[in-house]
Amino acid sequence: MQTSVKHMARRGVSLALLAGLWPLSGSAHAMTAYITNEKGNSISVIDLDKLEVTRTVKTGQRPRGIALSKDDALMFVCLGDDDTIAVIDTKTLKEVGELPSGPDPEQLRVSPDGKLVFVANENDALLTAIDIATRKVVSEYPVGVEPEGVAVSPDGSIVVNTSETTSMAHLIDWRNKKAVANILVDPRPRYAEYNKDGSELWVTSEVGGTVSVIDPVKHIVKQKISFDVPGLAKEQIQPVGIRFSADGKLAFVATGPANRVAVIDAATKQVLKYLLVGQRVWQLELTPDGKYLLSTNGVSNDVSVIDVAALKVIKSIPVGSFPWGVAISKQ
Amino acid sequence: MFTSQAMLKRSSLVDFGYHGLKALCALSVVAFALCATLSRSAAADPLAVKVGVIREAHSRETISILDIPPADDFIAGARMAMDDNNTTGRFLDQSFSVVDAKLTPGEDAVAALKGMLDDGVRLFIVDLPPAEVLAVADAARASSALVFNAGAPDDRLREENCRANVIHVSPTRSMLTDGLAQYLIWKQWRGWLLVVGSHPEDQLLAEAYRRSAKKFGAKIVEERVYEDTGGGRRSDSGSVQVQRQMPVFTQNAPDYDVLVAADESEVFAGFLPYRTWDPRPVVGSAGLRPVSWDPSHEFWGAVQLQNRFQRAFKRGMNARDNQAWEAMRLIGDAVAHTKSADPKAIRDDLLSPGFALGAFKGQGLTVRSWNQQLRQPILLTDGRATVSVSPQEGFLHQTSELDTLGFDRPETKCKLQ
Repeated sequence: MQTSVKHMARRGVSLALLAGLWPLSGSAHAMTAYITNEKGNSISVIDLDKLEVTRTVKTGQRPRGIALSKDDALMFVCLGDDDTIAVIDTKTLKEVGELPSGPDPEQLRVSPDGKLVFVANENDALLTAIDIATRKVVSEYPVGVEPEGVAVSPDGSIVVNTSETTSMAHLIDWRNKKAVANILVDPRPRYAEYNKDGSELWVTSEVGGTVSVIDPVKHIVKQKISFDVPGLAKEQIQPVGIRFSADGKLAFVATGPANRVAVIDAATKQVLKYLLVGQRVWQLELTPDGKYLLSTNGVSNDVSVIDVAALKVIKSIPVGSFPWGVAISKQ
Repeated sequence: MFTSQAMLKRSSLVDFGYHGLKALCALSVVAFALCATLSRSAAADPLAVKVGVIREAHSRETISILDIPPADDFIAGARMAMDDNNTTGRFLDQSFSVVDAKLTPGEDAVAALKGMLDDGVRLFIVDLPPAEVLAVADAARASSALVFNAGAPDDRLREENCRANVIHVSPTRSMLTDGLAQYLIWKQWRGWLLVVGSHPEDQLLAEAYRRSAKKFGAKIVEERVYEDTGGGRRSDSGSVQVQRQMPVFTQNAPDYDVLVAADESEVFAGFLPYRTWDPRPVVGSAGLRPVSWDPSHEFWGAVQLQNRFQRAFKRGMNARDNQAWEAMRLIGDAVAHTKSADPKAIRDDLLSPGFALGAFKGQGLTVRSWNQQLRQPILLTDGRATVSVSPQEGFLHQTSELDTLGFDRPETKCKLQ
């Protein structure tokens, strides 16, 4: 009895959510996805109502990491071969400035308060914070060899950086500019992501083929998730991007040349399902309503759209050459 | 284990190396808290890991001046990895140093080893001819030292002459030839004209090509031997003679798809491309070459390593440098995992199922338990860019596709002891 009431209540909520969203779809305020095309030197703009590319915009050389400002007005795009981060107006899709990233930027994060961009500087083994308003470097911190993945705790107090050759997650208390922990994980850690409540930090190891689940208070790897896809050699499973579902119950991990998105129960850490997407899946992003998950598939030049409720791939959208990063705005 | 921790610490200060010091200096100008980290590390009595590098100078008789071995050939790779290991070591209270012994051909490698053993060194990275690798391994045994063979490609060192205290980092001839053969099969270039040099190593390389042809279904339509009649490779007189000699040498061959050159001694292969009688591609020791590394390789983030190396040593990283880098990185990762410089602990870690080295080759490198050979993809390069990387798609294996390259477990003659 109790169960069914709860069940009904949940349905009620989701119906209300749907109803609330209904007027948005089909209107001029459709959500938009921005895809960086690493070899195409462009950004594909996807209308998420139509699920198709509506515009393709030229960028500088080798765009990869992409993030939006807190108000969605600007996007920041790492241009690896131009040694800079382009600032692009999301309305006009015109470049309006640059952030001084240093050489070969790849991944970046915007701080929860929307004021800073954190970027790893691979050549100098530094983590750099850039003030968005002044477009100036405000601080730097030395980390391991080939720093790459960047994450920020939900409260903004801890900045995490993964260093690929050092194979560590560096947890830095940014206010006091002090390393609080340097945690050894499996080889070539590529991406880091906090879960919704910040109680866990997940780090993917591309070469190790695992996800390390870190307790950010005790500073230990409390669990390791590994993957097993029948018919695929272990070496082909190379985890990269991570996202948690809006309710925090599921985690999605892009597995690179294994061409799949792994769906993981965030509580038990069990892999529930592998969703076949395009080839060489790099990064993932959820729509703000939590309904869709998009994956960038580098080798097959497309983006897969996953229906999160059904856990099904519902469409693949052709984009530019070698799609890598993805960001989604509410409009 | 080591004899005296204190002694090692003292030596490590001396041998920490130019690049290590430079890295520290560079970091010390950075704004924040690192100095505190450093002094903390120093106070906590770091684990000092000293690695001996024993290398024999390679011949300067190369066909291209671009291939003349630099003075810091091989050791530069070990030093680069030492820097990388020290950056990690900064966070783990570990420090790495190298001691370099550069020998002229024929100089006694065992004597160099013994000198380092007396100084407490128990980990060695060597670039030596096969007989010297064996002599060093056997002399190192009584001291329980571990030797990383990062030079010799000789299959016999991993097969009938295998040793339990040797980890092989360089790919074998059979891995290299299998890597090339898979690509030639994928291209449907199955008819090979095999041209072999007259030195013993060339013969061994030719044997590896014969084996690869049989393994993957290529046909060697004819074999020719190119006699080394002595003399220098380069002259002021230019291309006149070579341009006439090579077409004549390759004429009247049965119909073939590619010319496979087996010339480890660098006597003739570099003269073949564009000069064959028939218009055919040259592969093997010239043209499309199977290698562990090339200065032009930039996939999978390799450009970062290439940039670091270029900045530190003012030249590109060659295959020998890379093999030394991999050996030193294997040591670094194993020490980071085990928090020990004990050779046995390091070997156990390298052979454990979870171990994998990230080396910018598209997948982790692991160690074959049956003969302690590093599993690795083989790059196919024309010296300008990476053309392809083997194993090729479709060459399947029940455990690891990397084991389609070289002698596999069921055919091994190795009995580790």
